[in-house]
Amino acid sequence: MKLFAKSLGLRLMASELKVMFTRRRTWAMLAAIALIPILLAIAVALSSERLSPGEGPPFLAQVTQNGFFTGFTAMLLALPLFLPLTVAVVSGDTIAGEAGLGTIRYLLIAPVNRVRLLVVKYLASLVFILAGTFTLMIAGALIGAALFPVGPVTLLSGDTISIFEAFGRMALVALYTTVSLSGMAAVGLFISTLTTVPVGAMTATLVTSGVSNILGNIPQLEWMHSWLFTYYWLDFADLMRVPIEWSSLVSNLVLQLGWIAVFGALAYGRFTTKDILS
Amino acid sequence: MVELAIKTSQLTKRFGDQAAVDGIDLSVPKGSVFGFLGPNGSGKTTTIRMLLGLAEATEGTIELLGEEVPKRIEQILPKVGALVEGPAFYPFMSGRNNLLRIDAADRFADQKTTEARVESALNRVGLANAAKKKVHAYSLGMKQRLGLANALLKPRELLILDEPTNGLDPQGTREVRNLIRSLADEGITVFVSSHLLSEIEMLCSHVAVMSAGKIVAQGKIEDLRNEEPTRLILATDEADAAIDVLKSEGLGKSRIRGLQIITEVENDFDVAKLAAVLVSKNIPIREIRLEKPSLEEKFVKLTGEGFEVVR
Ligand SMILES: Nc1ncnc2c1ncn2[C@@H]1O[C@H](COP(=O)(O)OP(=O)(O)OP(=O)(O)O)[C@@H](O)[C@H]1O
Ligand SMILES: [Mg+2]
Repeated sequence: MKLFAKSLGLRLMASELKVMFTRRRTWAMLAAIALIPILLAIAVALSSERLSPGEGPPFLAQVTQNGFFTGFTAMLLALPLFLPLTVAVVSGDTIAGEAGLGTIRYLLIAPVNRVRLLVVKYLASLVFILAGTFTLMIAGALIGAALFPVGPVTLLSGDTISIFEAFGRMALVALYTTVSLSGMAAVGLFISTLTTVPVGAMTATLVTSGVSNILGNIPQLEWMHSWLFTYYWLDFADLMRVPIEWSSLVSNLVLQLGWIAVFGALAYGRFTTKDILS
Repeated sequence: MVELAIKTSQLTKRFGDQAAVDGIDLSVPKGSVFGFLGPNGSGKTTTIRMLLGLAEATEGTIELLGEEVPKRIEQILPKVGALVEGPAFYPFMSGRNNLLRIDAADRFADQKTTEARVESALNRVGLANAAKKKVHAYSLGMKQRLGLANALLKPRELLILDEPTNGLDPQGTREVRNLIRSLADEGITVFVSSHLLSEIEMLCSHVAVMSAGKIVAQGKIEDLRNEEPTRLILATDEADAAIDVLKSEGLGKSRIRGLQIITEVENDFDVAKLAAVLVSKNIPIREIRLEKPSLEEKFVKLTGEGFEVVR
């Protein structure tokens, strides 16, 4: 058993997570993510009279009728910019951060195999994304329950699901978003192997998601839209139907795996041959 | 044939068209304390990076502890402790947690003994009292000590230390010197780069001197020093008579510096015999001694006087 854990590198993984969650930055980002549904709910609570159905982003009108919609609405608001920002910070920092501090040379002569380090770094950034998306959904549920009535949730399809089932959908949305962002994290990992300046890698990674969003909004580039890693980001709404519309989750997963494969390979190619001179 | 802990042949590293390391043949005998000298920018750190598999050699081969680098690097490194271009740690974690982190990265480290090994490494470098402090609150010398603790996390066969006393106070410098000595006594080979010639002189059995990417001298420290002439220093009130005696004893030209007469002599020159002759001729002796050539003189001779970095 222990040998098994050893060969999987669980000890390094645990240590990686410990480093990540020792950083104040990580907690600050999670707190900021939690703040999104909180601010949203407060704003809606203060101005609920003036909002007619259909106005504002989808779900916003439902928030006042059922607090459980807070999380879903906040996710819609956070997806274009804020969540990608945190993903850019974490994934851009993976290798470049260690290189900037110089700790990478001590990790490599510890010794840790370069491929193993790359894999662990990537998995740790996925753990962060998971923590971020769940933080958002949980904070949404809590503040929604505090400020608005809660009860069985009436979905877009008109069906009603129990509170218990609603929690399941929330978890599903958090997982879906984690999948959505996993391709971008791979891009960030690759960019991170290119530099010893973490801020540069973070910015470049954020730029890729911005560019992807922009390309996705140019109708003339329709042919490439379904290849963009941002393409299915907002389609988590499909998980809020009865029966659940799984097809977008599956297509998303396939797309993201493609991005992971390509940029994982690029990161591998770059990092395993790189001279560590920082 | 001595066994070698480090052996490179024609090791070269080019950055663009500059050869930072230019075809060096290092031979570091097992069990030696090997001083790696050279002015700023002469290629010491670059060499160390290649030895540890951090940077790829442009040309040439490396053997560490009898195995090939970089092919067998993962088998070799657990036996090697190193400090490269200064210490580097996560500033937001404590000294102890930093060491635990690096130990966790080492797949070959025994997890059961981690805590004990970290404690003993911290004790060994005198950092036990500051182990819980975050590294961003460490002074330069404390970070340097933590770097050494990291190199000593496991029993090692070879230590590669890039300027280990950089930033240390006099006590710390002395401690590190004693530490290196005690490690050497345990049979560990220590390869240490430094600018502090006096340090190296006190510590090392062997040295190599780098200059602009090339090794300009290498060998036992005694042999290197003996390439420079030993000087006889004789102070007397009767200089002329004394110089006559020196001539009759077959010694070469002398210089006069104040009361002192300075003459180059063989390394094994017999001072006692000369003193006896002088006394028998009633020449008063205020001072008579041999001055061994210093490493610094040799170093400056080998690497040039200039203060500017060569490139
Ligand atoms: N990443 C790099 N890119 C280009 N040139 C480099 C790089 N790193 C080092 N060099 C060059 O290689 C040469 C040797 O540098 P190195 O760091 O090995 O010197 P050093 O002997 O360790 O000097 P010091 O005593 O100052 O530590 C220098 O001329 C330096 O400019
Ligand atoms: Mg150096």
